Amino acid sequence: MGAYYRPEKLDDALTILNETGARVAAGCTDLFPATSARSLDGPVLDVTGIGALRGIRVTDDGIRIGAATTWTDVIRAELPMAFHMLKQAAREVGSVQIQNAGTIAGNLCNASPAADGVPCLLALDAQVELASGAGVRRLALSDFITGVRKTALLPGEMVVAVHVPGDACAGRSRFRKLGARRYLVISIAMVAARLVVDSGLVRQAAVAVGACSAVAVRLPALEQALVGQPLQSAADLAEDDLVAPALAPIADIRSDAAYRRHAAGELVRRSLSDLAEGST
Amino acid sequence: MNRPVETMSFTVNGATFSLPADPARRLSEVLREGLGLRGTKVGCDAGDCGACTVLLDGAPVCACLTPLAQVAGRSVETIEGLRGALQASFLRHGAAQCGICTPGMLMTAVAFLRDTPAPARAEVEEALGGVLCRCTGYAKIIDAVLDAAPGAAPAMPDAGAAVGAPVERLDGGPKVDGTEVYGADHAPEGALLVRAVRAPYAPSRFEFGDLEGWAAAQGVHVFTAADLPGVNRFGVIPAFADQPALAERRARLKGEAVALVAGEPGVVEALDLTDLPVTWCEASPDTPVHEGHPDNILITGRVSRGDAMGALTRADLVVEGRMETPYIEHAYIEPEAGVAWMEGDTLCIQACTQAPIMDRDDTAKILGLPPERVRVIPAAAGGGFGSKLDVSLQPLIGLVALKTGRPARMIYSRAESMASTTKRHPSVMTGRIGADAQGRVTGMVFDGDFNTGAYASWGPTVAGRVPVHASGPYYVPDYHAEARANYSYLPIAGAFRGFGVPQAAILQETMYDALADKAGIDRLDFRRVNALRDGQPTVCGQVLQGVGIAACLDALVDPWAEALARAKARNAEGSHVRHGVGVASCWYGCGNTAIPNPSTIRVGLTATGQLCIHQGAVDIGQGSNTVIPQICADALGLPLAQFTIVGADTAITPDCGKTSGSRQTYVTGNAALKAGRALRQRILQLTNTGPEATLSLDGSTLTATDGAGVRHIELADLLGDAYGYVLSAEESYDPPTQPLDENGQGAPYGVYGYGAQMVELSVDTRLGTVDVHKITAVHDLGRVINPLLAEGQVEGGIAQGLGLALMEEYVPGRTENLHDYLIPTTGDMPQIETILLEVTDPEGPMGAKGLGEHVLIPTAPAILNAIRHATGALVTRLPALPHRVLAAIREASE
Repeated sequence: MGAYYRPEKLDDALTILNETGARVAAGCTDLFPATSARSLDGPVLDVTGIGALRGIRVTDDGIRIGAATTWTDVIRAELPMAFHMLKQAAREVGSVQIQNAGTIAGNLCNASPAADGVPCLLALDAQVELASGAGVRRLALSDFITGVRKTALLPGEMVVAVHVPGDACAGRSRFRKLGARRYLVISIAMVAARLVVDSGLVRQAAVAVGACSAVAVRLPALEQALVGQPLQSAADLAEDDLVAPALAPIADIRSDAAYRRHAAGELVRRSLSDLAEGST
Repeated sequence: MNRPVETMSFTVNGATFSLPADPARRLSEVLREGLGLRGTKVGCDAGDCGACTVLLDGAPVCACLTPLAQVAGRSVETIEGLRGALQASFLRHGAAQCGICTPGMLMTAVAFLRDTPAPARAEVEEALGGVLCRCTGYAKIIDAVLDAAPGAAPAMPDAGAAVGAPVERLDGGPKVDGTEVYGADHAPEGALLVRAVRAPYAPSRFEFGDLEGWAAAQGVHVFTAADLPGVNRFGVIPAFADQPALAERRARLKGEAVALVAGEPGVVEALDLTDLPVTWCEASPDTPVHEGHPDNILITGRVSRGDAMGALTRADLVVEGRMETPYIEHAYIEPEAGVAWMEGDTLCIQACTQAPIMDRDDTAKILGLPPERVRVIPAAAGGGFGSKLDVSLQPLIGLVALKTGRPARMIYSRAESMASTTKRHPSVMTGRIGADAQGRVTGMVFDGDFNTGAYASWGPTVAGRVPVHASGPYYVPDYHAEARANYSYLPIAGAFRGFGVPQAAILQETMYDALADKAGIDRLDFRRVNALRDGQPTVCGQVLQGVGIAACLDALVDPWAEALARAKARNAEGSHVRHGVGVASCWYGCGNTAIPNPSTIRVGLTATGQLCIHQGAVDIGQGSNTVIPQICADALGLPLAQFTIVGADTAITPDCGKTSGSRQTYVTGNAALKAGRALRQRILQLTNTGPEATLSLDGSTLTATDGAGVRHIELADLLGDAYGYVLSAEESYDPPTQPLDENGQGAPYGVYGYGAQMVELSVDTRLGTVDVHKITAVHDLGRVINPLLAEGQVEGGIAQGLGLALMEEYVPGRTENLHDYLIPTTGDMPQIETILLEVTDPEGPMGAKGLGEHVLIPTAPAILNAIRHATGALVTRLPALPHRVLAAIREASE
């Protein structure tokens, strides 16, 4: 059994992290399942006692989601329509029990290809704020998650917040998840889509696909093709060759690769169609 | 600077605790082992099942995922603090079967109802989506949450009116208040903790190093096969016993136990068992799994009647089929657990089981003890479904208790449970069925390979049952069926609700749809034409009476027509979502196949007027603790409410056999009927009253009343027997079966049960996803002993059948958890309409037939048939995951 730290101040946490190299723990919904032990192996740095890390607030340059904000907090927060997809994803993270404990930053740091939050945050142009004894830096989410279970976190560094820039807080959004059962399911494929529409035309498009590559990805070719087009034809424009080339799906117990590629295209079209119909 | 937290203060159910404790410890562990609050159950330690749900400041969380540190200064609510209307509603609705998920369900529901006092059904489904139940199919749980207002429990039935009454389960109280004792819930003072060292891969060979030195250094005991005093070979069927309790030199499956480590819980828990000095090396997979079976065939079962090949040659219409099904995991929410201790020179074992006498005998054999020196006290079973028929940890904890003299406790992890215990047999089956131009089936050939894994377990039973049942409940004059159980270096396949019959039905029932289409006959009509009738011989040549399949199919005629019309109307809209309707039948012989399997029931009155039934039929949630007394009560003529249930416990209850083969209501029910009648006869003789006399029991005064007057017996005046009864009866019943000859001809079962289910679903033809809307389930029970519990069996069986059809696939080494191995959640279940029929069986107790396994047999084939109806595509490899459905649709349209 190693030490267990639960500081109340971020500075203290960073000092502990620097001195001990402790594992950062929040909701523990990924840490505990990874062990059959009765206790978490130490040293552990539990960040859930740091009030400043929890909660969502509007800042000068957008919206800041504290690292230890739970999925239930996201569901209950008042947020712009652009975040609707994030709320939809939040309701699909495990179960109510998991949503009450699991956190935004935990979902990112666990870096699962099937992390429900990642496609939405990608489609919100999210940036990850990292802190260490040496200071603070921001990385685009797409640069933060670097592979299956891999992130750009340096030793002594932890995630303190996720920022969504003001520009990305615009528009309406939709999340769709496909799994082999209704609840408590790991995705076969999922899609997050956010559109800014003016006078019936798409002005800005952000579409991301999860569980179909090592790290969830945006679909720039599709986004480009959508901009300037009528919202009502968006779904029709989303042909497979604007979706599939961006993906590198694997075959596993949940699906084969070809199906994932196909399903991603279908989910993209449905998400866009939902947005066109206003049925989000 | 912060230092590690050392003392934690928090409240549990309002009481404040301040303890020195490891802040990194799972809250579930602190509650159960630290505070002794074992009402909170642990099913997976991974947040996948929700059984450990407690409320933290009012919000549901998985206690297994909550480090104690996060509870400091906060309020925890557990099942022990919950007393109220919701629990009564759970009982009233039959929402608890085995009860292992019930505390988690209740805690989740109570938090939800505080926020949403008058919810819609869909809201309840979403709120409970994180708690898995393997028994109920969720419908009754959701009903109970929707009806959580205080309500009166139904009155207990009067004397003579117990059978047929929707009685709440008699053993339900402890299941809803958290006091039920499951395998992991009894922890005697000073108990050692036992853990198993398991094979990392297979086939493999291994050699131990200096175990003694290692054990001494760690301060623990280590035991291996060399320490077993008896015969290190067990098996549910003695003639096929081939499994060691602890492997010797070679491991035949990954996860096989090779050594035990036992010691003080804190010490053993902290050990890294990969440190144990043992050297592993790969063994050739080409070597036969067992000597004496060079081709790895354990056994071939065969039923042959008439000239099947000739009939197919002569048939006007012939269809062929092939079907492949994977390993299916039982996924009960309670991993195996138990405790053993010595009482004098008797070894006592309290563990989850479906077969206490078999456990006793195998454990005694392995440990070199006479059976009477082993006492098996079944703990409440948190689900079984067939897997807990085989011994698992009983000989292991027995060995430790025997060798050390200390109580020994063992709790399997979820991964350990999934890797080392039995599964449903994977199958590859082919068949051909022929019919005449009018659609009368004339002949059938069936051939199946069933992977029985590394040890025999129930492989011979599967190989035996499949050919007997693969015809379905139809008249098939010319028939040839073979089923092989084959060894492999893979997980052991054993008993799982239906013993291979569900797999065979998937092939046969999907072929029936193809044949009906070929004949141009409506699919339901085709089955009605071919349904087996009273007086017709089965494929075993057994002539049956009380055959209920035609009645079941007839009951679907109107619902079928309406469902077809609904699907047609919806499909006319031209959407990519296509609607379909499917139907499938089942039959299933109750009890062991063509061998004796008696049950014995003792019922007695004490001098103080206590009326006891020794009920040894283990209730794993299916309801024998309620149904058996109901039968006995009416046979005796006293009110059910006056019964005290004793057992099951090998020291105090006569043998009621195992809870399997859908035999308890039929076989033990008949024993209860005979025992009740015998005791009644005794009372009538003593009081010189006639057969129509009514009985009543008031304190120690037993009264018999008939036309001639009122007679009293003062029980206190009578002398007690060795069991303490002044009046008692003990009766046995054994099904009248006849051995099968080399062609499988004979009378394998005394009673069969029947059913048919109709599925309405839609298929998203662009994604291959399937949405099951409604299942209409018609089952012939002969006599419905308890409609509330019977409905629960139907709904739960359908949930398992739906999982088999759409999502369940155990991949050895890959899905040893409940997030990669999927079972249905609240949101996956359709509306279920249950129609119970009573076609009296001449042999069943009061006409009753078995039900437990029947209920899941038709579900999967009916779903596949409905998918085919919707899309034209038959999925031939289960489960019908979206990518397989889509591939089948594409193939069918090419």
